[in-house]
Amino acid sequence: MKYILMMNTPGNGPYQIASWPKKDLHAHIEFMKSFCTKLGAAGELVSAEGLAGPDQAKLVRADKDGKPVTDGVFPETKEFLAGYWIVDVDSPERAYQIAAEASAAPGPGGKRLNMAIEVREVMSAPPQDLP
Amino acid sequence: MTSRRLDPEIEHLLRELAPQVLGSVIRKFRDFAASEDAVQEALIAAANQWPVDGVPQNPIGWLIRVASWRMTDHVRNEVARKRREELVVSLVPPEQQIALPADLDEAPERDDTLTLLFMCCHPALSTSSAIALTLRAVGGLTTAEIARAFLVPEATMAQRISRAKQSIKASGVPFQMPTDDERAQRLSAVLHVLYLVFNEGYTSSGGPELHRVELSAEAIRLTRAVHALLPESGEVAGLLALMLLTDARRAARTGPNGELIPLAEQDRTRWDAAAIAEGIALVTATLSRGSVGTYQLQAAIAAVHDEATRAEDTDWPQILALYGVLAQLSDNPMVTLSRAVAASMVHGPAHGLDLLSPLDADPRIAGHHRLHAVRAHLLEKAGDLPSAIAHYRSAAERTTSTPERNYLLLQAVRLAETR
Repeated sequence: MKYILMMNTPGNGPYQIASWPKKDLHAHIEFMKSFCTKLGAAGELVSAEGLAGPDQAKLVRADKDGKPVTDGVFPETKEFLAGYWIVDVDSPERAYQIAAEASAAPGPGGKRLNMAIEVREVMSAPPQDLP
Repeated sequence: MTSRRLDPEIEHLLRELAPQVLGSVIRKFRDFAASEDAVQEALIAAANQWPVDGVPQNPIGWLIRVASWRMTDHVRNEVARKRREELVVSLVPPEQQIALPADLDEAPERDDTLTLLFMCCHPALSTSSAIALTLRAVGGLTTAEIARAFLVPEATMAQRISRAKQSIKASGVPFQMPTDDERAQRLSAVLHVLYLVFNEGYTSSGGPELHRVELSAEAIRLTRAVHALLPESGEVAGLLALMLLTDARRAARTGPNGELIPLAEQDRTRWDAAAIAEGIALVTATLSRGSVGTYQLQAAIAAVHDEATRAEDTDWPQILALYGVLAQLSDNPMVTLSRAVAASMVHGPAHGLDLLSPLDADPRIAGHHRLHAVRAHLLEKAGDLPSAIAHYRSAAERTTSTPERNYLLLQAVRLAETR
């Protein structure tokens, strides 16, 4: 079964990670890289992406002719999606375990961030015929 | 491998031969992981060369020979590596250490496919690893093909397979048949893996599309092979029958836009009559022998459904009786759900709803979308439309399947609009 693990980080103002000391930023990036490599080596990684900072986020709607109308930026947003992993695992418990590992990524001063990771199952097909 | 798609006949032949070739190579060299890699390379070489040069006179000998050359290279590299690492110089020249046995072209042993299956479905492996390894080592599929079937990147699938092989190595499973004591249990692990492969293909685990035919066909092919090797096993015959009888309905199971069509509304003229006939013959023969297992019972139930030319001709009392026996064999809430549907067809919806009541206290299924869906269905039959709508909606919120969610939402809407 596949799960998406969404890493939500605090909004409110500029991209917070950008203000971290270099050493801490490096440690964080290294952690994320080796975390991803490990998931790949475990045969569980489907995909993973980091998203650009919320400063560049736009909300897009179609106007009456179907043309895009953009809106943004949104400094007041409390939380934003920083990145996600999609994993293919044998049980929900395993997905939670992976999420907990990501949650414990190092932050400023090397302290664990304990970020909230939202875990959602990816839609699949029904297991059998409907009665 | 795109080249694998060029010639279906050669592809079919290669997949038939793959486990026999692998069995022979493992018996010579004893290293499962390296042998498996070598056989993959030989299969790919054959897929490229045979369409051009023609199929060799002794295709299995050709594959064993090419795989053995690869193994020789592998052993030579290993010897060189070890020598570099350990600085130990053997007095025996490497050419002699790795001399090929003279009997390489001997006929492969009949039970190699089975021995391999037991190995790939060993309890030391996780389910997903066992599935991947079975498809590659026994099914002869490439890593790319397996990755595509399960919608994961090829690199991820390659890692999964390589870890599975490491687990086998670490657990010290020998390449031999399980002992008589273990055999029944190990066979049920093999059947479970084959069943999961079939289901994965039948239902598909990703996106709006419902069927991935290759995996179901592959599962049927492998189960057929096991049945040929163990014709006396009732559960093997039962599983094969269950797959055939289920797969027979595939064309009628979805509409033109991928929407689910429940059994009662399927166009039964689109069912595969040949598959149904074969499945019914299999299940009839095995049930008459007296041994009864869960696959046989599920196959028997599928057979009763498939025998009815119209939904209203379905022999529900017989289905209900079969679910009763199944419930005694396995304590599975999913069986209770189906049994409740059958009971409602025989004795009315109130009776079915009564059977569902205890499930609310069963943590394995309480709150599960299937319980909501079945309850909604029975409430609708009982005429309690507001409750039925509520349960259809709850089921739709909880399912993790897109086609099923759409189906459930449409059921809720249909009732809401007819009120």
